[in-house]
Amino acid sequence: MFGDDIDTDVLAPGQYMKGPVAELAKHCLEAVDPAFAPGVADGDVVVGGRNFGLGSSREQAAQVLKILGIEAVVARSFGGIFYRNALNLGLVAVVCPAICAVKPGDILIVDARAGRIENRTQNDSYECEPLPEHLISMIEAGGLIPHLERKLAAELKNGDPT
Amino acid sequence: MAATLAQKIIARAAGRDQVAVGEIVTCAVDLAMLHDLSGPRRIGPVLERLGTGVWDASKVVLVTDHLVPAIDAASAGVLALTRKWAAEHKIENFYDMQGICHVVLPERGHLKPGLFVVGGDSHSTTGGAFGCFMFGIGATEMVAVLATGETWIKVPETILINCSGKLAAGVSAKDMMLALCARLGMDGGQYQAVQFAGEAVTAMPMTERMTLSNMAAELGAQAGLIAADETTARYIREAGGDPGDIERWQGDKDAEYRCTHEFDVSNLEPHVALPGSPANARPVSTVQGTVIQQAYIGACTGAKLVDLRMAAEVLKGRQVATGIRLLVAPASTRTTAAAAADGTLQALTEAGAILMPTGCGACAGLGAGILAEEEVCISTTARNFKGRMGAASSKVFLGSPYTVAASAVSGAICDPREFLIQRCGENG
Ligand code: SF4
Repeated sequence: MFGDDIDTDVLAPGQYMKGPVAELAKHCLEAVDPAFAPGVADGDVVVGGRNFGLGSSREQAAQVLKILGIEAVVARSFGGIFYRNALNLGLVAVVCPAICAVKPGDILIVDARAGRIENRTQNDSYECEPLPEHLISMIEAGGLIPHLERKLAAELKNGDPT
Repeated sequence: MAATLAQKIIARAAGRDQVAVGEIVTCAVDLAMLHDLSGPRRIGPVLERLGTGVWDASKVVLVTDHLVPAIDAASAGVLALTRKWAAEHKIENFYDMQGICHVVLPERGHLKPGLFVVGGDSHSTTGGAFGCFMFGIGATEMVAVLATGETWIKVPETILINCSGKLAAGVSAKDMMLALCARLGMDGGQYQAVQFAGEAVTAMPMTERMTLSNMAAELGAQAGLIAADETTARYIREAGGDPGDIERWQGDKDAEYRCTHEFDVSNLEPHVALPGSPANARPVSTVQGTVIQQAYIGACTGAKLVDLRMAAEVLKGRQVATGIRLLVAPASTRTTAAAAADGTLQALTEAGAILMPTGCGACAGLGAGILAEEEVCISTTARNFKGRMGAASSKVFLGSPYTVAASAVSGAICDPREFLIQRCGENG
């Protein structure tokens, strides 16, 4: 759980940008929570406040969260370029104004298609902005490029009568 | 339903009658702009793998500006790769070393009201000055645009900035934007569309309006729109383009805005941003006397013809102070030609300015004019993040061309109005 204005420099610190992304990922959010990168597990959900991911257009800011196994980022609002980059790289990012009710360690089930977040721990649920079908299928494919590859392969098959 | 200009353009590009704020829609891209740094060298290999080629070569504009002229083998390599890619993909709109992308695009008549345009650069907001919805995208998205001609967008709300009053002599669009960055902060735009309106904007030539839209990026806005008028149409016609239907690309009177900021520019002082961020801007009087080593007039936001003329107005008949270097890198080859023709360049060089090649130059720390440790520079560029123009401990102040030229003459940051008033006295 993080507060407002988490910027891209905190997500992907500039001093490790020249190295491999896997290394960069180890330092993700280090400046605000040194225990974050070593402690996360696959399928975890990151919860943020306002303007999550503001700052530069570096795609690595979203990439490192994916590498760490983060399934979704839920925030009250996002830095715009981060939001686009996250979805394009296959990381679920949902806007949810009510998310501040969540406590660290709560078990969350994010249903981006329906626009609902279920809090199993507190037995509660919150509404969030749903994602349209074409973005969901893009995320499920693993991001924009794999999605395009798939789509093109399918078109090739259909378009070829022989 | 009443719609903002942003909503109207997005609806048209999405093939819809109207779109609601917050909706995510897929839009056909009218034009995609690439440059040497983020263009072919990054997207080329992925596009190759996809095997699609470019969806429509006539809708792609490629510019070399960040690494020109090459200063080492690495930048020369990127430029060679870029030229080869342009030839292979038959990109006719390839402007090799003709100027900075954000200036070249309108200069060559590529922009007009109502277009939906993407650019591989964060200052792509500049195109908004022409009533287009133009925004910056990352390399991954650019690959998808080139392959399919489409991209998705979440329809933004619009923040209206109503600029009333008349700018005083020696105060410019750059001062307005620095003051706005200080007032609203770097996330004042929250990835919404920002739209500039009001008499102060209407009175501006296109090149000054471009400075407003350009630095909308510094407010964190996705786009920086200005509705087209007769000034826009005239510029586009002179650039050899067709302005199209200006009346159609206006926001509705009763459209809903997220908020409106009233900004009276009548008493605005020249502003200077202290090192670190454009949001550190203050009135110039608060930093008056700060000693500098370099003054830089360059970049998409600070070296267009109007900018060079502002500097010349201050420099005419004066000399750059001893020990100070004033570097001038015109924003495009056309700018250089026009400034040579009307005597602007002569006024600059006679004052002791060093003329640099056209391009991004030192703005992003990639070209000539880099700063040493601890050096202090005042610059007409748009950003002054730590180390951007050179060594990490170098310090960059941002100011208008008037302020930068005046500071070069006095050897320390100063208010340019003193110079301009003196001049009136001399003449009269
Ligand atoms: S001049 Fe500077 S701000 Fe403008 S495009 Fe070039 S590097 Fe970017």
